[in-house]
Amino acid sequence: MTISVRIPTQLRPLAGGQSTVAVDGSTVGEALKSLEAAHPGFEDRLFDETGKLRRFVNVFVAEEDIRFLDGLETPVADGATLSIVPAVAGG
Amino acid sequence: MPYVEGLRCRECGRPYPAEALHVCEWCFGPLEVVYDYEAIRAAVSRPRIAAGPLSIWRYADLLPAAADGAVSLGAGFTPLVRADRLAAELGLRELWIKNDTLNPTGSFKDRVVSVALTKAQELGFKVAACASTGNLANSVAAHAAHAGMESVVFIPADLEAGKVVTTAVFGGRLVAVEGNYDDVNRLCAELAGEHPAWAFVNVNVRTYYAEGSKTLAFETAEQLGWQAPDHVVVPVASGSQLTKVAKGFKELWAVGLLDEEPHVRISGAQATGCSPVAAAFAAGRDVVKPVKPDTIAKSLAIGNPADGPYALEAVRSSGGGFGSVTDDEIVAGIRLLARTEGIFAETAGGVTIASLVQLVDSGVVKPDERVVALVTGNGLKTIEAVAPHCRPTATIAPTLEAFAEAVDLPAEL
Repeated sequence: MTISVRIPTQLRPLAGGQSTVAVDGSTVGEALKSLEAAHPGFEDRLFDETGKLRRFVNVFVAEEDIRFLDGLETPVADGATLSIVPAVAGG
Repeated sequence: MPYVEGLRCRECGRPYPAEALHVCEWCFGPLEVVYDYEAIRAAVSRPRIAAGPLSIWRYADLLPAAADGAVSLGAGFTPLVRADRLAAELGLRELWIKNDTLNPTGSFKDRVVSVALTKAQELGFKVAACASTGNLANSVAAHAAHAGMESVVFIPADLEAGKVVTTAVFGGRLVAVEGNYDDVNRLCAELAGEHPAWAFVNVNVRTYYAEGSKTLAFETAEQLGWQAPDHVVVPVASGSQLTKVAKGFKELWAVGLLDEEPHVRISGAQATGCSPVAAAFAAGRDVVKPVKPDTIAKSLAIGNPADGPYALEAVRSSGGGFGSVTDDEIVAGIRLLARTEGIFAETAGGVTIASLVQLVDSGVVKPDERVVALVTGNGLKTIEAVAPHCRPTATIAPTLEAFAEAVDLPAEL
């Protein structure tokens, strides 16, 4: 299954400057693992020492925050878009 | 401005230059402005501030942009009103209302936008943008017009009519997004990456923007004769304002403008229909769980507050509390403030006053404290909220008889 991951500007250097990367996976967690495999370095930036998503990282599947879905277990359909967005914005 | 040393990640401490950066490239934590407090301490004084303009720019030494060439419509130095009639109703000894409804576009957002666009111009930006629940939209559009900048403002499509008209009138681009504020905010966080030439005041220049809220603390202390209050009640949306108000009082002490070290208790105010920070406080949790907002207080309807964890920490460490109030209580709060003090607040002000009532009832706000409530937006922007309750006493024919018949006057009138 091909998932399109939108990369925030802060992390684009890890992906050779690309703003979107195509990865495989049937859940958000799998898609992020596949992103790490293709472009090493993402995991250190997205996850803390305990393996949880950092508190200032938001991940969206089809524009919905995965904290309203099943977190990293959230299923992603073929062709879905996953966005990684810095949480510090707004207000 | 000469006192800014750079930026630093609030989470991991990594340093950054004072550019248009808002999050740490390593851990995504928020960046904070780092000042040379020793140099400020040597330069700043009460007379120097008193000789400054009657606006937030009198505190330029403690702001991250230069007062010369500031983008200013005159934001700040709003009245601090002694509220004896409201205090009497609540059983408080000393209550003050910081009346920020009197800013140029009717809300405290003029403070943060004046700082943000001043810094944006210093950094060479020509376009001002933002994600807004309405008050910020008004302010960005107005200040951009004043500064001759282009503006691109994003709002949720279901905003109050008053806030749409009072943004669009300034002539910039106003984009209504189908979704709630958190959807708008997510869109803007992504758009900021695609349009690096735009100054999104609450995205890529947020580090500077947020500093403008410190002026609420600076003014409150100056207007109390350079004394800090005992307790401040602050509305919470993203949590930025509350966090910066707490920081403001600490800075005044750090640079020697107060005689006594302040111990200001800070309490937050949220609508029950969007109370992620109040809920975390009540549950004793450190994690602020996002919610889907459902409240008439649209200016506070941020379900995923960026500074929620810091607001929580500021309230806890200061010994404050949180109010969480229903839509009916919000309307009652607006009417109570209007009836007792002659100040017409928008729904966020209703949240603040209703929360104050709740915090007094629960004993968090104590009767002998010197209390300041921040009323941060003008009621004319959200007349829908109170319109059903606010009708003419009577509609009559233009005759003495009709008046006598329709209006029941007490003897003393």
